[in-house]
Amino acid sequence: MLEPIEVSAEELQHLVSDRALKGETVLLNMGPQHPSTHGVLRLLVELDGEIVVNVVPDIGFLHTGVEKNMEAKRYWQAEVMTDRLDYLNPVGNNLAYCLAVEALTGLEVPPRAQAIRVILAELQRISSHLVWLGTHLLDLGASSLFLYTFREREYILDIFEMVSGARMMTTYIRPGGLWRDVPEGFTEAVLNFVRMFPRRLKQYEALVTKNPIYKDRTRQIGVLSKEDAMRWGVTGPMLRASGVAYDTRKARPYCGYDRYDFDIPVEETGDVYARYLVRVEEMRQSLRIIAQAVDNLPSGPVRSDDRRYMPPAREEIGRNMEALIRHFKFWTEGFAPPKGSAYAAVESPRGTLAAFIESDGTPRPYRVHMRTPSFANLQALPVMAKGALIADLVAIVGSVDIVLGDVDR
Amino acid sequence: MGLEHKLGDLGIVTTTLEQAVNWGRTRSMWPALFGLACCAIEMMAAQASHYDMSRFGMELMRASPRQSDLMIVAGRVSRKMAPVVRRLYDQMPEPKWVIAMGDCASCGGVFNNYAILQGVDEIIPVDVYVSGCPPRPEALIHGVLTLYEKVRGEKLTDWAMAEEETA
Amino acid sequence: MSEERIQQMAAALAERVGGEVSRDNNQTVVRVARERIVEAATILRDAFGFQVAEDVTAVDYWQRREPRFDVVYHFFSYEHSDAITLRVAVDDGETMPSITGVFPGANWYERELFDMFGIPCGGHPDLRRIIMPYDWEGHPLRKDYPLGYEEPQFTFNFDEIQARKVQGKR
Repeated sequence: MLEPIEVSAEELQHLVSDRALKGETVLLNMGPQHPSTHGVLRLLVELDGEIVVNVVPDIGFLHTGVEKNMEAKRYWQAEVMTDRLDYLNPVGNNLAYCLAVEALTGLEVPPRAQAIRVILAELQRISSHLVWLGTHLLDLGASSLFLYTFREREYILDIFEMVSGARMMTTYIRPGGLWRDVPEGFTEAVLNFVRMFPRRLKQYEALVTKNPIYKDRTRQIGVLSKEDAMRWGVTGPMLRASGVAYDTRKARPYCGYDRYDFDIPVEETGDVYARYLVRVEEMRQSLRIIAQAVDNLPSGPVRSDDRRYMPPAREEIGRNMEALIRHFKFWTEGFAPPKGSAYAAVESPRGTLAAFIESDGTPRPYRVHMRTPSFANLQALPVMAKGALIADLVAIVGSVDIVLGDVDR
Repeated sequence: MGLEHKLGDLGIVTTTLEQAVNWGRTRSMWPALFGLACCAIEMMAAQASHYDMSRFGMELMRASPRQSDLMIVAGRVSRKMAPVVRRLYDQMPEPKWVIAMGDCASCGGVFNNYAILQGVDEIIPVDVYVSGCPPRPEALIHGVLTLYEKVRGEKLTDWAMAEEETA
Repeated sequence: MSEERIQQMAAALAERVGGEVSRDNNQTVVRVARERIVEAATILRDAFGFQVAEDVTAVDYWQRREPRFDVVYHFFSYEHSDAITLRVAVDDGETMPSITGVFPGANWYERELFDMFGIPCGGHPDLRRIIMPYDWEGHPLRKDYPLGYEEPQFTFNFDEIQARKVQGKR
């Protein structure tokens, strides 16, 4: 049924060293189905004994055609696709997309919606880091933490379910604000989590941070220098672990992040251990942001009332014929932003996530491109893995925190 | 000798071989540790402490397809991944079952385009479809229990015939 | 991220490589000729302190405009938080000079350009398909490439679509 692909050796021989052609090194195929590749990543590993000479990542096994598919949908419908890109960070993907649409249309987001966006985005960051922590430790053979982190993650998913009805794919953030206001009990649920979580975080750290086995397996492993990290476009916790204090939330503030008081955790060593430290500290900083946002949660509307781009309010539809007509037209025809393009960046748990949207003045986006952090971060994998032991490759791949939906789109 | 000797007459239970075999198959079904996309995270959540699928004898996810008898296709299958999924399925020993977890694996979900297979049943036979995008862990557990019901009703002769056909 | 600073830099860049500055919503765009993109990238890196090619993508204006594509570069500087967008018009079949020599991080993005749009990047160290399978035909993100829509299975066409699927052994 399957025809073999004809690829000549000459086409691919620049991927391996000269020694591989003489048979001095071994070429090993890792993935696409491998428990430690966190999805469907394929790595072509060139080995000299146990030492990794080179790694060639082969991606695209989860290519979903999101960008092409979004061009065929209207602006409101296309947002649903963004959830499923980086499936550990659906809220952040929605946020990047909505910010780009808002930049195109000039929609103003009310302050209450801004604050709720921040709360949800930070909760999502914590939940993403929890999944990372659990699976990364699982890769290294410590299976107990996986059970703890997924227990805490359930609290966050319960909050998401409360506001949107879905555990993961919320599509709660919409262009111009939110789908609707948060239900009663939202602030209590969030505050409960904020009170409970620091204690749990301490428990994790007690298990991991000073654990000699973990330290042995991660320190001085997968070192990425500051210069390399910047040159290869690496962002997020990986960049900060290499000593660059860059965070999109500080450098290019959105959703009023400049009003919150939080620090950027930075480590200098750039190894796997530093990435762990940065991510754990980030969870703590996220808690700080959430606490501030909940304390100062403004009241008021959660959606813009710009009638060109927003559907009429629910209560209006029952009373007003024009509103009903507009509601119908809005959901069948969509809205058409003016011609032009916009680029909006947010800080996802993995790094800089940006949406580039080009509009041609019709209700469908002419071109949507998502600049996803894992794609650039994975590029640096060969830089980090060269010279490492094959057993450490698992730790290094885990520390990149790749999400293949984010890489392949 | 053995336990009966010590305890005396325990009585005799009669059953058919078929029922005994099917009972055995449902009690320790090992899924392949094989995640594709979003649903894999919910599959992990189903395995983790809150939902705990090991209550159904499924705590052991095998990373090698040769040791597993259930494939949970958790996520969208792209055209590039399709041959790999088929090969993994072929590597699994008989008897084997497939659960298509989530809308993407069942019918393509929201991705109706060039890159995604419109349902994994285009390349491998599926026993149970679990709906949801992604399905809640409870839904996956329900899917697994539905599969158990199916397995309990299976005839051994059917498997023998299927093996003859492929041989 | 002062707006003035970016405008000044954009104007200076435009003067040196013969470009044209415009403002597009939240982006400062400099339109550069295809031959001078490497020069422009080098100036951005060396004179203005841009450290990373954050994003490289393209837009296909098939049947709307000649030349057909716009390659869009987003550069960013961590130090000053400056962001600038470069746009380069390329026609079908033309080769885009690779900027991997200046910003190595553009490597995979340029491979993606080649894979998804069919815009080859001259001087790229490893120009292969990156996302689609090696034997894939066509470049999916081009506007003349169909979306590949498949019919959903309803009651009226159930049998027809069912026939295409693998039949269960039981």
